[in-house]
Amino acid sequence: MYDGIVQELIDELGRLPGIGPKSAQRIAFHILQTETFDVTHLAEVLMTVKEKVRFCDVCGNVTEQELCNICRDPRRSAATICVVEEAKDVVAIERTREFKGLYQVLGGAISPIDGIGPDDLRIRQLMQRLADGTVTEVIIATDPNLEGEATATYLSRMLMHLDLRVTRLASGLPVGGDLEYADEVTLGRAFEGRRLVEN
Amino acid sequence: MIVTHLSLTDFRNYTTAEVPLVAGANLFVGSNGQGKTNLVESLAYLSTLGSHRVSVDHAMIRQGAEAAIIRARLENGERQILAEVQINRSSANRAQINRSVIKTRDLPRYFSSVLFAPEDLTLIRGEPSGRRRFLDELLVLRSPRLSGVIADYDRVVRQRNTLLKSARASGVKGNQLGTLDIWDDRLVDLGSQLIEARSALITELQPEVTAAYTAVAGEDHHATLASQLSIFSGSESDDAGGAALRRDIITAREAAVAFRESLVRLRRSELDRAITLVGPHRDDLVLELNGLPARGYASHGESWSFALALKLASANILRRESNMGDPVLMLDDVFAELDESRRLRLAAAVADFEQVLITAAVLDDVPAALTGNTVHIAHGTIVGSTP
Repeated sequence: MYDGIVQELIDELGRLPGIGPKSAQRIAFHILQTETFDVTHLAEVLMTVKEKVRFCDVCGNVTEQELCNICRDPRRSAATICVVEEAKDVVAIERTREFKGLYQVLGGAISPIDGIGPDDLRIRQLMQRLADGTVTEVIIATDPNLEGEATATYLSRMLMHLDLRVTRLASGLPVGGDLEYADEVTLGRAFEGRRLVEN
Repeated sequence: MIVTHLSLTDFRNYTTAEVPLVAGANLFVGSNGQGKTNLVESLAYLSTLGSHRVSVDHAMIRQGAEAAIIRARLENGERQILAEVQINRSSANRAQINRSVIKTRDLPRYFSSVLFAPEDLTLIRGEPSGRRRFLDELLVLRSPRLSGVIADYDRVVRQRNTLLKSARASGVKGNQLGTLDIWDDRLVDLGSQLIEARSALITELQPEVTAAYTAVAGEDHHATLASQLSIFSGSESDDAGGAALRRDIITAREAAVAFRESLVRLRRSELDRAITLVGPHRDDLVLELNGLPARGYASHGESWSFALALKLASANILRRESNMGDPVLMLDDVFAELDESRRLRLAAAVADFEQVLITAAVLDDVPAALTGNTVHIAHGTIVGSTP
């Protein structure tokens, strides 16, 4: 235990995701040794982020304006919506440069243990966007874990009766890797989802 | 597969221990509380990443130490493997194979063992959860993919129970509970896979158990296994009692149909009680001798024979399918529980495994055939051996 404020700093840092007690201590001492100017800048950035950053009115992505840069971009196709759990999933998909449509960021996945039900996610907003018929395909890209799958099932039921193509991202082997390094669950899933070779 | 050498550092009561082992029988002898079981516990940890005595790893670290190290030299035919695991008090455990780091959860691939312990008696006399764990552990050893299914299933049950609880608290009616259907889908899908896998395993275990029971008890008491499945029971009781016993393989498809029907039938009481009332988490493996349930009817000796038969049967199945030789058998304080004739028969039944490790407080309890390499233990040190 350190004295008062130093320990408080370590505790606060330790509450951040992915930071354990040891890392928190290292960061705290780094901050103590850093020039005051840099620390002030960091503090300002933290404050500004909380003040300025908000969620896009349309898709729920993070932005500093009413609409995020993807929803503002006229080159994006309004016919396809890709549904993801978090804003960081948007970044991941954008890195592929394969997807030219728009997004819907749900803000999590259905998980009763965490107290998250469908009403806590931006599902109603998604349904409103689908109402005018512009959208022809919804791609469900929730995480391939239990809660993500449950959310995907819930969404596909909601969308079933609409005149839409509903697709789900495939799951299986990572590309460019070796088969031998795949874990049993992934490889087992890839076996289940195997496809007929087309000639 | 055999263990040729075991080294321990700061494990339980051992500061350090160097134990050379031979193929065939190895006997650890010492008074109570000297550290015999700790030796087999350490090896069992290498193959299962768990202990039969505690559920938390740090209980295995010597008091005052920060980390325990288990290191075993393994030999499978010509192949030599050095398997190592470091159990840390305050950080993640680390594992190495031949001095290169591997994921800790991959460690059991390199070493398989079957441990017989006094706690096994709860397989016969204890709660259904112990028998489910026995089946599930064997399933995962044979088909690692199922560890994902089991973990997901358990999580679905917890999610679903939380949902039922919050529905009860807020007074929501069943038909307004839109997301319950979603969890039902996952529950049925994963649960049916588990039901099929368990029932297939039970049919495979049956002939092995019959043979092993006869081998240990000396006579055939018709030791039989059956699944008691909550999805086939009409009642709302806390276990699957009353359900018809099944001895055949139940396909996932058949299970799914019955599972759905029982969920519909029990929806009201599930909402009332806010728990998931049917599924593999409430099933039981029913053990019978001469047509009567072993739990409640079997004598002490019969119960022991049955427990040993289950373990022997699983060892035989693992041996048959293994591509790395026999699993190492470990008999922890088992002989003290058996009469003279059962001791001799158990010794004969395990004799053809590549390696057997035995612990006993009293040397005379162990049949002479198994005392070839005897290691004496006192106060957490190896005081000598008589090969």
